[in-house]
Amino acid sequence: MDSLGRTTGDKIKSFFMFAFPGTFIFLCVVIIPFIYGFYLTFTDWNGVGAIKNIVGFENYAALLKDVDFWTSMVLTLKYVFLSVLLVNIVGFIFGYLLSGRILAGQNFFRAGFFTPNLIGGVVLGFIWQFVFSRVLVQMGKGAGIAFMSKSWLADPDKAFWTLVIVTVWQLSGYMMLIYIAGFTGISEDVLEAASIDGATGWARMRDIILPLMVPSFVICIFLTLSRAFMVYDINLTLTGGEPYGSTRLVAMHVYEKAFTARKYGIGQAEAVFLFAVVAIISGIQVYLGKKREVEA
Amino acid sequence: MAVQKNSLDTNQIGGVRRVIINIATFALLIIAALFYLVPFAMVIINSFKEKRDIIKNPFALIGAGGFGVENYVKAFKQMEFLKAFGNSLFITGLSTLLVITLSAMVAYYIVRSNSVIGKVIFAMMIASMIIPFQSIMIPLVSIYGAQLNMLNHRLSLIFMHTGFAMSMSVFMYNGFLKSGVPRSLEEAAYIDGCGKFQTFRMIVFPLLKPTTATLVILNAMQFWNDYLLPSLVLGKKPLFTLPLSTYSFYGTYSSDYGLIMAALVLTLLPILILYFFLQKQIIAGMVAGAVK
Repeated sequence: MDSLGRTTGDKIKSFFMFAFPGTFIFLCVVIIPFIYGFYLTFTDWNGVGAIKNIVGFENYAALLKDVDFWTSMVLTLKYVFLSVLLVNIVGFIFGYLLSGRILAGQNFFRAGFFTPNLIGGVVLGFIWQFVFSRVLVQMGKGAGIAFMSKSWLADPDKAFWTLVIVTVWQLSGYMMLIYIAGFTGISEDVLEAASIDGATGWARMRDIILPLMVPSFVICIFLTLSRAFMVYDINLTLTGGEPYGSTRLVAMHVYEKAFTARKYGIGQAEAVFLFAVVAIISGIQVYLGKKREVEA
Repeated sequence: MAVQKNSLDTNQIGGVRRVIINIATFALLIIAALFYLVPFAMVIINSFKEKRDIIKNPFALIGAGGFGVENYVKAFKQMEFLKAFGNSLFITGLSTLLVITLSAMVAYYIVRSNSVIGKVIFAMMIASMIIPFQSIMIPLVSIYGAQLNMLNHRLSLIFMHTGFAMSMSVFMYNGFLKSGVPRSLEEAAYIDGCGKFQTFRMIVFPLLKPTTATLVILNAMQFWNDYLLPSLVLGKKPLFTLPLSTYSFYGTYSSDYGLIMAALVLTLLPILILYFFLQKQIIAGMVAGAVK
């Protein structure tokens, strides 16, 4: 029996009753703008009027020549690489230390590490701006540590690292939870068999636990990758792209190109390029992850 | 301390060594926890102090000017906290309700109709999940701003939140419907004379409860904290959500530290209170949302 109608008329009615409203909104908000975006890259729209002239590939040519864009792209790749790496290392260690082990305050630690995830990037950025510009400076001066007695946010290199630090602080608790779920899922029989075969310590970690955790790694890396590529709020409120525009990540660059400089066509061409980069990287990552997955 | 048999700790040799490792682990975790929680503590203690005292010593629990709640009173008024809170609540609430209802219906159609169009919709939604928001935001503003003149309405933002959250929600309902909901109940309902929609509402939707709980948490958190999309849609102060009003407040008072700290605490508070009461559900929801 087909629960959604046997006759054609009935089937059409079901479609409109169930699938249409949600699909319609999805098309209006995601698919149509996405496709329309490609069209925009071939125009010189200025953001105000309805007038758009077709300019061919001029915006893509401008993209190639936009030095600031490539600087921000390289910076973003560096940021994404460091963030993904550190978030997952920290998350994995926390997950390992807090899964199943008999430890006082386990729930307190889990809840505490996860807290930053609940809070929006705008507020987190402001909190850390205060920490970096006042608290840390005060500590540095008090203890006589030169390295800390000037605000990190005023130095291009250190300002970049503040972004990485805050990202690790924000996301590692979330990844910790996913790794905990992964550790809990490892069968006890497998570990027991391994220890009977003499696998302990590092060997147990490398040959048994890590391979079995591949699905968790795939999820975590995928989540951190997409989050890191799209980061905007923290960038805006922690460093604001400063000092001297040295910490402007690609999302902020695209935003400013379009909405501040009013070069919508070029901004959208850069956004399309960003889409291509994200699509390729996540594609590769999912493919490699699937290949390495082990049956337990 | 819970005593439980655990899978990662089957190594039973070495009592002393074990104890030392446990103590070291514990110490490491305490240090890490300090790093995670101190920023919050700094904001909270400084929100009760005057600017002068904050600059002089941000670590002091109470400043020379004493302990005062003036910052809160002023911040509450200046950022129009109640208004922004109300906007956030309205937008988050209605968007969540819409996306839950509509995505469950779409997923139900995809799974039960087993039709080509259902498969096309599903494939399109899955593929769309890798599109970064930045690749859509410019055309979005172009279409809904310059052409349809729909910006600066809270309902437009709700419409967009719903659209962006649709694919992930459909994906999760789809997975659950396929594995967890038997057809026999629906068939029984039909035989008893239930209509299609009634069957969905009375029989199917209640069965989806675990997924619904997860999705309510994931989506509501996303909507509540979102900054970029609301900032593109809502340009007028009376429409601002909490993140928007925090941002604009900071722009105006950035040098008045005490006031800023109080505003940050006010923005944090609703979430932290909710987290305190629903900690288990929120954590379970976030994990389920990621693992599926």
